[in-house]
Amino acid sequence: MSTTTATHHDDHEDHGHPTGVMRWVASTNHKDIGTMYLWFSLFMFFFAGALALGIRAELFQPGLQFIEPENFNKLTTLHGLIMIFGAIMPAFVGFANWMIPLMIGTSDLAFPRLNNMSFWLMIPAAILLMASIFVPGGAVAGGWTMYPPLSVQNPSMGVDMTILALHILGISSIVGSINIITTILNMRAPGMSLMKMPLFVWTWLITAFLLIASMPVLAGALTMLLTDRHFGTTFFDAAGGGDPVLFQHVFWFFGHPEVYIMILPAFGLISTIIPTFARKPLFGYASMVYATSAIALLSFVVWAHHMFTTGMPVAGQLFFMYSTMLISVPTGVKVFNWIATMWKGSLTFETPMLFSVAVVLLFTIGGFSGLVLAIVPVDIQLQDTYYVVAHFHYVLFSGAAMAIMGAVYYWIPKWTGFMYDESLGKTHFWLTTIAFNITFFPMHFTGLAGMPRRIPDYALQFAEFNMISSIGAFALGVSQLLFLYIVVKTIRGGKLAGDNPWETVEGLEWTVPSPAPFHTFETPPTVK
Amino acid sequence: MSANSIIKANNKSLAIKLVVVVAAGLAFGFALAPLYDVVCKAIGINGKADITATDISKGITVDKSRVVTILFTGQTMPGLDWSFDSNQSSMQVHPGEITLTSYTARNDGDKPIVGTAVPSVVPEVAALHFKKIECFCFSNQTLQPGEVKDMPIRYYISPDLPKSINTVTLSYAFYKVDDKDAENN
Ligand code: HEM
Ligand SMILES: [Cu+2]
Repeated sequence: MSTTTATHHDDHEDHGHPTGVMRWVASTNHKDIGTMYLWFSLFMFFFAGALALGIRAELFQPGLQFIEPENFNKLTTLHGLIMIFGAIMPAFVGFANWMIPLMIGTSDLAFPRLNNMSFWLMIPAAILLMASIFVPGGAVAGGWTMYPPLSVQNPSMGVDMTILALHILGISSIVGSINIITTILNMRAPGMSLMKMPLFVWTWLITAFLLIASMPVLAGALTMLLTDRHFGTTFFDAAGGGDPVLFQHVFWFFGHPEVYIMILPAFGLISTIIPTFARKPLFGYASMVYATSAIALLSFVVWAHHMFTTGMPVAGQLFFMYSTMLISVPTGVKVFNWIATMWKGSLTFETPMLFSVAVVLLFTIGGFSGLVLAIVPVDIQLQDTYYVVAHFHYVLFSGAAMAIMGAVYYWIPKWTGFMYDESLGKTHFWLTTIAFNITFFPMHFTGLAGMPRRIPDYALQFAEFNMISSIGAFALGVSQLLFLYIVVKTIRGGKLAGDNPWETVEGLEWTVPSPAPFHTFETPPTVK
Repeated sequence: MSANSIIKANNKSLAIKLVVVVAAGLAFGFALAPLYDVVCKAIGINGKADITATDISKGITVDKSRVVTILFTGQTMPGLDWSFDSNQSSMQVHPGEITLTSYTARNDGDKPIVGTAVPSVVPEVAALHFKKIECFCFSNQTLQPGEVKDMPIRYYISPDLPKSINTVTLSYAFYKVDDKDAENN
């Protein structure tokens, strides 16, 4: 350890580190905690993915095949909740843990012990979510948005377990965000001004602010739901003077910022990867920072675009329609910058770059379908159809999830010291991209034709497209086993990566050895 | 103080500020509930109709130049074993004209039951302009087993109902009042 120069360390984490299980349970090391977050996320990704395959198996053919309607609804609900809170968000926190200290040149997060707590809170929450399937009455079935009156009337203990799980996950996210903001604002290496920070750090700083502002609002909504269920309050119950639409307002006031929480770090990831493989600095760094901030601010004034069919006044519809469309301006700036970064670059297409280019392309399709949905008269037709399902999978799977996969390939040499198998990586990329489009592109058509979401059966006219979607979904699921295989194979060995396997890139994380040693930047580097 | 402990102190004070942000977010989440009611009432946007009587001592001018169609519907919510519907499904009125109509309710169960009716108006913006002078929804209603009750409403449509609205629907949802709530009232 490099403690010889330091005078003294009062933190116990510097006195050699425990081995075996205790290394992980008691870990206060950002790299170990980051690793745990990433594994946790991958596990939940497979779990929620398996639920999705249950959905697609049932929808393979019209009619009821394998799954009772109410169990079908449990599948869609848990699939959504676990992908959002168990797979995507923890993966980003994993990247934040691993990379932010390395990128800003500090030895760890500001509050290592709170960091440990943030991670370990996720485990009971995940168990509650998964176990809710097995209690009498079963898991929540009213959709991941948990609208009353269903969520108030459903007597199952599973609903209460889910509410509790979301409370715990919320606390974990809030504590994690405070930790990340403090680290970024207070612990940067000398010389690293805010406007010199890597863009991934910027996007996380903004995401963390979104989290601490919006998660408590979700906590409020969930608490009111809980007291309506058990303590006789009537916040959402019309019989007692409440209003179920109130829940939708409070929920989406959280929910829309939440969808940006799930995409901004992905923007950060591909803004890191694209310049590396274009061998050019990121085009328009400052405009990226401003665009990200603008998206974050706007995300608090567009929530009711999820509620166009609740019967709001025309003035409200117009306001939310235009404010939603306004978001596509800063989003467009970003897409423009990514393309301009690639323009006339010396491009090569290693796996991380393939994923990033696909994200730019496919996320943009999702952005466009979002714009279509923002048009009130169109949305009144499309609300709660498969068109919406297509929209959010283009932004969440081919936006967030594929950016995460690309970034795993990008940094796994730094984490493990070994290069992944490039041809397997490319195979995984092509399988994923093709299967993804086979699964979700037809949903635009079924949605436009009027097929409602969250229903286990459908009219015969949708049969072909649904069969195509289901075949794509199983191919997509199986392809991800290849991802798991590649990750495990890389950890076990391979070509040595060297400190800077991508050669042309700058950035503090590439100045430390690969694999990154347990302690890095004990003495902060100086940034010029 | 060593550099290390200065950083620690800074981190702590920043973290405390961030906790304040979290607390504000939480407070805002809960405040949305009363805020929502206040805002909706003030601008009359969620169809929540008044459940208190309108004062007509000042007199109202009738606007003979307009005719508005009023539709009446009603339903009972799960748990309330009553039959309930409007006696007239629609009426044509002039804005400002005081009109009487009624609903009928029958207790189909074998116990006395207390119910409460929650009105709502579509289009939502018309809610502010639907003025009730007398209504069974102003108080709880008790029906003995088998009892049939005529439930009147005396109302008028305020003359400043937006010109674009020609049809207004008034709907009632009848809920069973829990025994414990009934005692409180
Ligand atoms: C240009 C950007 C975007 C626009 C204009 C947009 C617009 C919309 C609109 C209007 C809806 C409501 C559709 C309906 O329910 O009828 C919607 C739903 C949704 N959007 Fe987006 N969106 C955009 C980007 C995103 C991003 C970046 C994400 C996430 C990373 C996202 C995730 C979702 C989700 C999850 C839903 C469905 C929620 C549900 O009902 O379960 N959107 N979007
Ligand atoms: Cu939204």
